Amino acid sequence: MRPINEALRRIPIWLVYGLGVLPAGALFYQGLTGALGPEPIKALEHEYGELALQLLVLTLAVTPLRRLTGLNLMRFRRVTGLLCFFYVSCHLLVWLVLDVQLLGQILADILKRPYITIGMAGFVLLLPLAVTSNNLSVRRLGPKWRQLHKLTYPAALLGALHYVMLVKGFQLQPLIYLAVIALLLVLRLAPLQRLKLA
Amino acid sequence: MAHRWKNNLSDGDVTPYAAFLNRRQIMAGLGGTAGLGLAALGGTTAWADTARALEPNSWDDVTTYCNFYEFGTGKGDPAAYAGQMTTKPWSVEIDGLVDRPGSYSMAQILEAMTLEERIYRFRCVEAWSMVVPWQGFELADLLALAGVQGGAKYVAFETLYRPSEMPGTAYKVLDWPYREGLRLDEAQHPLAIMATGIFGKPLPNQNGAPLRLVVPWKYGFKSIKSIVRITLTDQEPPTSWNMANGREYGFYSNVNPKVDHPRWSQATERRIGGGLFAGREPTLMFNGYKDEVASLYEGMDLAQNF
Repeated sequence: MRPINEALRRIPIWLVYGLGVLPAGALFYQGLTGALGPEPIKALEHEYGELALQLLVLTLAVTPLRRLTGLNLMRFRRVTGLLCFFYVSCHLLVWLVLDVQLLGQILADILKRPYITIGMAGFVLLLPLAVTSNNLSVRRLGPKWRQLHKLTYPAALLGALHYVMLVKGFQLQPLIYLAVIALLLVLRLAPLQRLKLA
Repeated sequence: MAHRWKNNLSDGDVTPYAAFLNRRQIMAGLGGTAGLGLAALGGTTAWADTARALEPNSWDDVTTYCNFYEFGTGKGDPAAYAGQMTTKPWSVEIDGLVDRPGSYSMAQILEAMTLEERIYRFRCVEAWSMVVPWQGFELADLLALAGVQGGAKYVAFETLYRPSEMPGTAYKVLDWPYREGLRLDEAQHPLAIMATGIFGKPLPNQNGAPLRLVVPWKYGFKSIKSIVRITLTDQEPPTSWNMANGREYGFYSNVNPKVDHPRWSQATERRIGGGLFAGREPTLMFNGYKDEVASLYEGMDLAQNF
């Protein structure tokens, strides 16, 4: 693992931010030019939402990966977390600005549709995490920062649940996301932490 | 029996594109809810209703944005995988309470039917919509070919189930084969057609080749594709989406802006093909076919029988 960790240490963080936001612009451009099919709004909404879930999985995987394999991605956890928040925001903005548009219906949907309520709750939980993802906040909050950032766990579950609830019929993909996220959370339970392999 | 309904949408009525755009700007100026009061506003807005109804979708829209879960749950999956479905030869088993049950080949059916064009609005339960120029014949004519018996009250339909050609059926997204049903009077309504083509061409597989139902006043999933069996019964037949989630998908599934799907509003819809900045439009009662079909449901509570 050491050579891999050494190599990873040489990757500049700004590069990860740069590459991370590129798909957002590329997808929007594809939507404009018809490359996302006849219904680009839904396609964009789904692409952003799925990217956010993938980044959330990656963020949650950092700690178990280090414990179980020694692979150290800790340097990238803030980047993946913030990129996740960025894509959740893009996802929400597409829904608000391009999809529903009508303020009355947006509010009604948030209150009346459980999968939207759950999605919004997940977004709200991510807000304080995004705001405090900087060195100053880490220093100011001290141990409270760690406690606060455990909100990632319920937020991840809500995100996965949001996906499971929105699809029609019995579909596999959202259930896979839910299972992976549940597994990554279960790996954090105390008794399992003693099973360090590395 | 059939041919009582006169199509009021035809190529001749289609608004020239430039005029359409012009009107659209006027509509936008009237505000987002302009469409809601169309009927009430009377003659001056008849053109607006027409403009809204007749912006025809493109061949690409209709053939690449489809739900046909036997080929996958993605909108592009049917276009990608339905090509492998064998549609020749094809026959439809017509059984149950009919005088002449049996297997009817496509050739036999087409020989007995007169094809006509029907330009219909098409509204999906997922709150998107299109306008599609279908070719086909009235379902009533096909039922008459088999001879409906007096005791029949419902018509049940079944889609082809052939796992070797349908990758989506590897997953139990639904209880295959896909099933749908109509009350007999709905099935015999002149608006209900069996389609064999779109845009003057044979139906592409992803659109339900070689023979599909089109019931324009109901959500799209009622318009069952690639039909292999039609059964006349005296019992309300089980239908796939109702079996999967009866709370969300009723047997009738009439387009109704006042009855929301439990997970989303049905008050508005988005027309496919409008690009990234297309707004939503108000959904019309019975998808705009209220004058034609409302009498079928007189005395029924449509929030109960949704």
